[in-house]
Amino acid sequence: MSFSITDPSPRQKAVAGALVIAYALITMLPLIWIVSTGFKSSADSIAYPPKIAFEPSLEGYVNLFTAQTRQTPEYLAENPPQTWYEEIVHEKGMVIAGPSRFGERFLNSVIIGFGSTFLSVFLGTLAAYAFSRYRIPLKDDLLFFILSTRMMPPIAVAIPIFLMFRNLGLSDTHLGMILLYTAVNLSLSVWLLKGFIDEIPREYEEAALIDGYTRFQAFRKVVLPQAATGIAATAIFCLIFSWNEYAFAVLLTSGTAQTAPPFIPTIIGVGGQDWPAVAAGATLFLLPVMVFTILLRKHLLRGITFGAVRK
Amino acid sequence: MAEIVIRNVRKEFGSFTAVQSSSFKVEDGEFFMLLGPSGCGKTTTLRMIAGLELPTSGEILIGGEDVARKPASQRDIAFVFQMFALYPHLNVRKNIAYPLVSQGMSRAEVRRKVEEAARILGIEDILDRPVGGLSGGDRQRVALGRAIVRDPACFLMDEPLGALDAEFRERMAEELRALHDRMGATTIYVTHDQLEAMQMGDKIVVMNHGVIEQFGAPQDIYDKPATLFVAEFIGSPPMNFLRFHGALPPGATQATLHHVPLGLPALREAFEGDMVYGIRPEHVRLSDAAPYRGEVLATEYLGTTQVVTLATANGEVKARIPADQPARVGESVGLDFDGRTTTVFDARSGRALRSALNEGVLHG
Repeated sequence: MSFSITDPSPRQKAVAGALVIAYALITMLPLIWIVSTGFKSSADSIAYPPKIAFEPSLEGYVNLFTAQTRQTPEYLAENPPQTWYEEIVHEKGMVIAGPSRFGERFLNSVIIGFGSTFLSVFLGTLAAYAFSRYRIPLKDDLLFFILSTRMMPPIAVAIPIFLMFRNLGLSDTHLGMILLYTAVNLSLSVWLLKGFIDEIPREYEEAALIDGYTRFQAFRKVVLPQAATGIAATAIFCLIFSWNEYAFAVLLTSGTAQTAPPFIPTIIGVGGQDWPAVAAGATLFLLPVMVFTILLRKHLLRGITFGAVRK
Repeated sequence: MAEIVIRNVRKEFGSFTAVQSSSFKVEDGEFFMLLGPSGCGKTTTLRMIAGLELPTSGEILIGGEDVARKPASQRDIAFVFQMFALYPHLNVRKNIAYPLVSQGMSRAEVRRKVEEAARILGIEDILDRPVGGLSGGDRQRVALGRAIVRDPACFLMDEPLGALDAEFRERMAEELRALHDRMGATTIYVTHDQLEAMQMGDKIVVMNHGVIEQFGAPQDIYDKPATLFVAEFIGSPPMNFLRFHGALPPGATQATLHHVPLGLPALREAFEGDMVYGIRPEHVRLSDAAPYRGEVLATEYLGTTQVVTLATANGEVKARIPADQPARVGESVGLDFDGRTTTVFDARSGRALRSALNEGVLHG
């Protein structure tokens, strides 16, 4: 192996590598903290200085998924624990009364997050295609109006929306939340996708039209495959927003349709400061977006730099 | 294959008229060129024939059937784009097969036809390659393959050689013409390159500002231009224009420029006013005896010939003469014009006056 002047020397490579690792550690520290706290016992989670080496425990996860009640020692002695998770609860002088609400709330998040993402991207793609390809009266003004819905902070419209939802019977329903997040995301989705579709030369569709396909077939078979990177990138942005959204969720949901973000902080109030359960909830909450992003990562990286360079 | 008739076709984009009421006819099996500078409406005309734009008014007949209001997919035509427009997510074979798949043809039949098209174009060895890494020439061949594979009523080509480099261009032009001759397919070809149009076309339509200036065989358009625009656009260097004022009766065979009578084909109409005496550079000879004088301004050596630029009393004149004939800058020489080849134009409207030379060619 030989080195040229332009190639970094092994020493430079080592320094650069160390810097990258240090930077990664710093940025990932909060993540490591959350994930590790989820596997600590209650005592370890509040220990000072923080314990780096600890005995892993699933207490946080058990607390997260179960509702518990305190029992007398006589009762506990008479009813020995049957499973590993009952045993964890048993040791604290408690018994499992049933499942907690976390599962439901998490499912709500999945339904509302993915539902609104699907709708935003689906409608956004169609609208962006129309804006990109057809002569639409007042096109520029319409595009600006669409974008302008994004300019207000959500909290400024929260009360009107709250009243509107109450009158329409949409408060605390899945449909209401899906519609709301779709409305918020749609502007982003139309704008992002219009950019991607603008980059696809019209000739491809025209070639397909001439090759005997209808306009819609040309859209589906020629435009969609080429807009895939843009659609993936847009889907990730939409999902991240609706998955993490907190302000509307707190105001507009309380039970049936409550998502995980407003629910997780309430875990802390149940039976003392249960940090491991909160951390466990946060960890699980991180997973879907992470998995989704990793699955689409290749598209995302190509997607957000797409069109930056003139071909 | 089919003949194509364009009748009073007009296209407006809002207040802008891209194509003024145009009519022409493409015979069955003809290689037909739509020629003109950019923005002249030639591509719009082609796109209307293809069905990618709908005409504001007029008729488009392909094989006798009016298709002006039909979508592109029902017109049975093939289109070759300047940028090729190969589907980037499909490989060569799938690109060529694409129009057949839309017709619901059986898989074995598709395979057979694709391979036949590939053989005609000599691209059998790249059938399974992705289109991304192909050279310009190969991309163009694949685009042609996609066009010929379905046996359309006609081929429409929008500057198909425009994206190729010069060296490839010539070869593809020959290939295209040979392909056309072998298949006998009606072809309409858009170009802004007058040499390409003359070299390949059976017939040429010259357009400018959305108006058809002239249509006919390349020789007729070159030798007997109908307007000043055509005379200037076709030919390199273009036709010489000597401006003069006077009155010519019908049957006149001479025009007097700067006190010298110059020959012209017998006129078939009378005209009085500002006129232009048009003559091709190759019909101008340097001759010491000639009474019409000019001063040599520059010479351009072109191998077998040279182009000499001269200043005359009626404007600049270029003469294409043998390279070995002496011509020195600053020298005063006599100019001999071959009167049988000249065209006289109305200087204001740009229209050619009818004469014994062009009376069979001019329309309307």
